[in-house]
Amino acid sequence: MMSFVLILIAAFFFPGIILRTKSISSGRKGQGILQPIKDIGVLMRKGSVFSKTSGRIFQIAPVVALSSVLCVLLVIPFATQSAVISFEGDFVFFAYLLAFGKFFTILSALDTGSSFGGMGANREAFFSMLVEPAFFILLATFAMLTGYTSFSGIFSHFFLAGTHYVLIYSIIGFYIFVQIAMIENSRLPVDDPRTHLELTMIHEVMILDNSGFDKALIHIGTYLKFAIYGALMYNVIVPAGWNIFLQIVLFLTVQVVFAVIIGLTESFRARNKMNKNPKFILTISAIAWIAFVVILILTDKLI
Amino acid sequence: MDQKLYMEIKNNSLPLDLKEIPILKYEIFYDRVLAFLKEEGKHCVAYYGVESAGNLKLYCCIADDNNNIVVLFAHELNKDHPVLKSLTPECVPLHIFEREIHENFGVEFVGHPWLKPVRYPYNRKDVSEIMDNYPFYNIESEELHEVGVGPVHAGIIEPGHFRFICNGEKVLHLEIQLGYQHRGIEELFITKCNALQRCILSESIAGDTSIGHSMAHSQLIESLAGIQVSEALQIERCIALEMERLAIHIGDTSALCGDVAYQLGQVVCEALRTTIINTTQFWCGNRFGKGLIRPGGSNYPLNNEVVNEILRVLDDTGRRFFEVTDLIYSLPSVLGRFDDIGILTRQQALSLGTVGMTARTSGILRDIRKTHPFQYYKNYLVRPVILETGDVLARGMERVLEVHESVKIIHELIEIWQQKIKDFRKPVYDYNLKPDSFAISMVEGWRGEICHIAITDNSGNIAHYKVKDPSMHNWMALALAVRNQEISDFPICNKSFNLSYCGNDL
Repeated sequence: MMSFVLILIAAFFFPGIILRTKSISSGRKGQGILQPIKDIGVLMRKGSVFSKTSGRIFQIAPVVALSSVLCVLLVIPFATQSAVISFEGDFVFFAYLLAFGKFFTILSALDTGSSFGGMGANREAFFSMLVEPAFFILLATFAMLTGYTSFSGIFSHFFLAGTHYVLIYSIIGFYIFVQIAMIENSRLPVDDPRTHLELTMIHEVMILDNSGFDKALIHIGTYLKFAIYGALMYNVIVPAGWNIFLQIVLFLTVQVVFAVIIGLTESFRARNKMNKNPKFILTISAIAWIAFVVILILTDKLI
Repeated sequence: MDQKLYMEIKNNSLPLDLKEIPILKYEIFYDRVLAFLKEEGKHCVAYYGVESAGNLKLYCCIADDNNNIVVLFAHELNKDHPVLKSLTPECVPLHIFEREIHENFGVEFVGHPWLKPVRYPYNRKDVSEIMDNYPFYNIESEELHEVGVGPVHAGIIEPGHFRFICNGEKVLHLEIQLGYQHRGIEELFITKCNALQRCILSESIAGDTSIGHSMAHSQLIESLAGIQVSEALQIERCIALEMERLAIHIGDTSALCGDVAYQLGQVVCEALRTTIINTTQFWCGNRFGKGLIRPGGSNYPLNNEVVNEILRVLDDTGRRFFEVTDLIYSLPSVLGRFDDIGILTRQQALSLGTVGMTARTSGILRDIRKTHPFQYYKNYLVRPVILETGDVLARGMERVLEVHESVKIIHELIEIWQQKIKDFRKPVYDYNLKPDSFAISMVEGWRGEICHIAITDNSGNIAHYKVKDPSMHNWMALALAVRNQEISDFPICNKSFNLSYCGNDL
């Protein structure tokens, strides 16, 4: 339950920290940390507008997407405390529940009947498909390292695995989770959340037709997803056995660092060319593969 | 043959007497125009129709870049049987002008491949042709798809509709539909007899080229009214024009960075553009230079205080701009987006008759400041920046290099200005225009060649006013440049050309 609460707290500040980092690094004062949350409050009070060409799917998709994210929250452990729900292979549940939410967003984009929606949906589906192997290979590596196949099992035994190489896995895991989170949350360099150009959008163009309350739900989902990936990162770099108060402080620190990394990346580089994205995403899978092969060698499972 | 076939006129010089302009038979007109345009270094500035006494007169102005003159051909035809052989198959740059004449007067150009309406003016010949039922090029294919963008855009750009035919992410064809901004500018120049109103009107033709267009208008009025302005004022105008070029180029660099999500470049250039336009505001009270250029004189003569401010800002802004552009154009992620995207080859640029910056990035020397000098450029040699590759990177670099050049020009012009005698004349609004005359005025705005042409009637009123914005020539270049590009690269291609919608729509 602890992780649930902590992730909610982190998600509360996350988008504000990204925006503030970007503002400061471009020489501006920037808005308050809580501005994105206030914006959500504004959106919540508004009604949604539905186009005549869209159907039922478009109306339920934001709810489905947000609820899938909320369900996923339940399988994330924190420190030695196991997650609210924990079972063998729950990381598969994690990945596909998120994919389920995304699937509905894609359907709703197609449902609007706009040519942009279809284009964005096509790109999002393609890039999500490419990023999936990276996640599974990485988790498989961890499973082999620890001998457990649930998040709770993996992370509570991660640093007990007894090999000296665990630090390598921490770093690789952290790096890959950062990259996956950037892609899954449509940030630079794959997507640009700030653009106004429909033709270059990926995720934004899919939710272009959503307004008011529905849009607020989508934003909440995005913020939570950031914090969820932040929690995964935290779990691979901080040993589960440490003092609980220290853990809480470290947890929030990792989240802030993650947000600052995103903010800085988005300040000092340009976005990828669209046809370079697949190569970029496959590289992440390749790094996960290397980690996987190394663990096979280390555990003498590779003949 | 002794009979004179054409008239020669210099940019911004004495107007021609309308009666002296020889009217050619269409066969001769056709041959001569083609023969002229086939030669290197000649391009069509304007080709348009004027209704007079039940007949339609066609004027074709061809700029001869090597001899610094504009050659004028004319043809007259009966409005009832308007069928002519099209020049377009032999000379593509005329396609847009023939489309315009067709739209306005219903002249049937036999052999023209695509008589698509240009802007749906309110006084067009066939008012049953409306934008809503225009048949776009379409495809009946399972594999290809169409994407329509606009006319309402998400950003702060003007209205225009882009219809793409794509194969997946690749653009096979782009059709551009304009005309949403049509305001009847040319007609307004005739109906607004108040000289001040006309000046303000000229400033509003294209909001980003206020100085360019108002300068073209003032030159035209001065040439028709026989007003001479002092050299000091000419220099002031050139400085204003270069300031406009600086501001827009820096702003475009910012927008290009914004389109590829490079935040640092975007915000820095945005801020730098503000310093330039604020200097213009310091000079004349308007950030876009409205009210600065007036026929015959100036309400805001340059003084030492303004000069010092300009020099101070240029030193500071110039240094910062070159620092940040060094950074932008050496950053791999930015270069990856700009390099080799949206190429307009020299051949394409030549055959479309592109002008201005677009032509210069494709290796063509086309700069009115050099080839048909006006104002103080007559005594000052401009060094145009010519680049060869014709891609987005070239168009980005062109802006940086032109900013370099403009900063130098302003510095040198200010030095010359300080030695000139200032006469502080006020603008002239009660001018008398020379009757029955034809005058042409060309200005190299930041986008390219701006051309204003006026014809006066026998009592000295403006009978016809023609405005040509460089965008007229260049829109087709954009359509060609995005072929076989990714559709997600269209926005940066579009931004790199940065053509005017309202300048085209008038």
